[in-house]
Amino acid sequence: MGLADVPARGKTVERRGRTAEPPPDGSRPLPGWRRYWPMYTAVSPFFILFAVFGVFPVGFSVYLSFMSWDGIGETRSVGWDNFAYLVTDSDFWQSIGNTLIIWILSTVPMVFLALVIAYALHTTVRFKAFYRVAYFVPNITSIVAMTLVLGSVFSDSSGLLNSALRAISSGEVGWLSDPWAMKVSVAAITVWRWVGYNAIICLAGLQAISSDVFEAAKVDGADDRQTFFRITVPMLRPVILFVAVTSTIGGLQLFTEPQVLFPVDDNGNVGGPGGEATTIVLYLYQQAFVFNRFGYGAAVGWALFLLIAVFSVINWRLIGGGDEDVPGTGKRKGKSSAR
Amino acid sequence: MRAETAARSRTVVGHAVLLLGVLITIFPFYWMFVMASNTTGDIFAYPPKLIPGPHLWENMDKVFDGIDFWGSMGITVVAATSVTFLVLLFDSLAAFAFAKYAFPGRRVLFWIVLATFMIPMQLALVPQFVTLAWLGWVGSLKALIIPGAANAFGIFWMRQYAQGAIADELIQASRVDGAGFFRQWWAVGLPVLRPGLAFLGIFTFFHIWNDYLWPLIVMTDPGKVTLQVAVQQLNGVYTTDQSMVIAGALMSVIPLIGVFLIGSRHFIANLAAGAMKF
Repeated sequence: MGLADVPARGKTVERRGRTAEPPPDGSRPLPGWRRYWPMYTAVSPFFILFAVFGVFPVGFSVYLSFMSWDGIGETRSVGWDNFAYLVTDSDFWQSIGNTLIIWILSTVPMVFLALVIAYALHTTVRFKAFYRVAYFVPNITSIVAMTLVLGSVFSDSSGLLNSALRAISSGEVGWLSDPWAMKVSVAAITVWRWVGYNAIICLAGLQAISSDVFEAAKVDGADDRQTFFRITVPMLRPVILFVAVTSTIGGLQLFTEPQVLFPVDDNGNVGGPGGEATTIVLYLYQQAFVFNRFGYGAAVGWALFLLIAVFSVINWRLIGGGDEDVPGTGKRKGKSSAR
Repeated sequence: MRAETAARSRTVVGHAVLLLGVLITIFPFYWMFVMASNTTGDIFAYPPKLIPGPHLWENMDKVFDGIDFWGSMGITVVAATSVTFLVLLFDSLAAFAFAKYAFPGRRVLFWIVLATFMIPMQLALVPQFVTLAWLGWVGSLKALIIPGAANAFGIFWMRQYAQGAIADELIQASRVDGAGFFRQWWAVGLPVLRPGLAFLGIFTFFHIWNDYLWPLIVMTDPGKVTLQVAVQQLNGVYTTDQSMVIAGALMSVIPLIGVFLIGSRHFIANLAAGAMKF
């Protein structure tokens, strides 16, 4: 029931249930609960799961962040101590710094490479399907497995990369021991995994740009470079922003790569020598699930939430304003209401 | 004439760039196979052995000794297929209702759905674990399956799809024939939504199969873990035998690549279309 939004005039979805008209087959409208219970039943699994595994834990984590608890014994209220410790905790700040550095080291080359690959794919006619599959495979394979493979390529003493560097006698790099090289290694694995995915998103954006624009540029005598920087990149702004936003969120939640590359040692240390590859989520994991500091782990979780919120606002600002006329944002949304 | 030459050289440059990229992208897979089929000594010698060797079966045998490979594979398969089935069921029901029916509170409820997928899951990691402990689910398959059984992304994506794909006339016709909501969902909605469901299904399956952080935390019994965690355990215990560890990694990746190659074309097209909708 509830087909009040299937009228003759074609304007369907925007009408509110309250203003429902009699069903078109002429039967009498049913009372509200009998009319609507199937829809509420249909949407309820999500809301029940969200209440139990979303709302409740988030509320509980507020409580927990003011507690000291090892997960087994008594909880003890410590007031603001967890947060007071948080702001002075150098390991925590180091993990934030590491996360941001790794994020920049991975996002900048990734967006650039994704654009280059997308542009090459766009201008290339043959083997497009093959290229798309080949570039996408890293994204669907197991992060754990591929991090293990790349980890042995990066291995300091006997890895393939250092063997190659030795072969051209340009010295070795401590890929898994030097503070900067460690971050580069983690970033490289992230780039390898996500560059194809982002290239395919950018390609879809490119294909949404009308070919008239490129024709016009050609007529005006623009060369390849001018076309790329003056037309392609500006027209792709919404897509580039989508890539940037998803990479921000993904980057702030980075966990598996540094955890697999630098496993927890016997003393519970994470993130390799000096903790130089400890990311925020890895730090949260260490505090809560290696050291059993559940209260402090909850406080770190809130710090992470704050950070993601700040970045989301920045992203929102960047996206907002004047994008409606750019292809690739609103076009496909219109498709549904046009029916 | 000059324009033709320019176009041809552009194509050549384009292919050169793409091929170089493909080589870098594919190389780790080749190297995975080389490592898994050689001994650790050969791989880490100088100069290293760069071609596949004869030790693949031997290394794979050692993996079976090191971890309960089939047990972990079983847990992973059951978890991934169950979550996929439940997500398709619950998300398509919700999406069908949100896309095609008017009911009081629909806007607010949908707004809540959208809002939830902005919340980082890691925020609630600790209390989620505690909640599961209270329910007595830690270490059991329920912990892997139930919390992920319906998700906001799927509802959003399927709703977009349903709005475009399902003609109102179809629903109207089935209503005149006396079909109720659930019958319409089953008989009208699902057949039309099949391509969208296929994408969401593969996406969810990959996601659960590859997930690492959540199973690492909730599957506390070392003998009962998912494949990803098991492979990482292999690395923790047998670091000196890298070839064997990588053989384990290879075995955990092969089913995924298989599934992907079968459904890739469809999957990639939908993924790109999905991203463009934001």
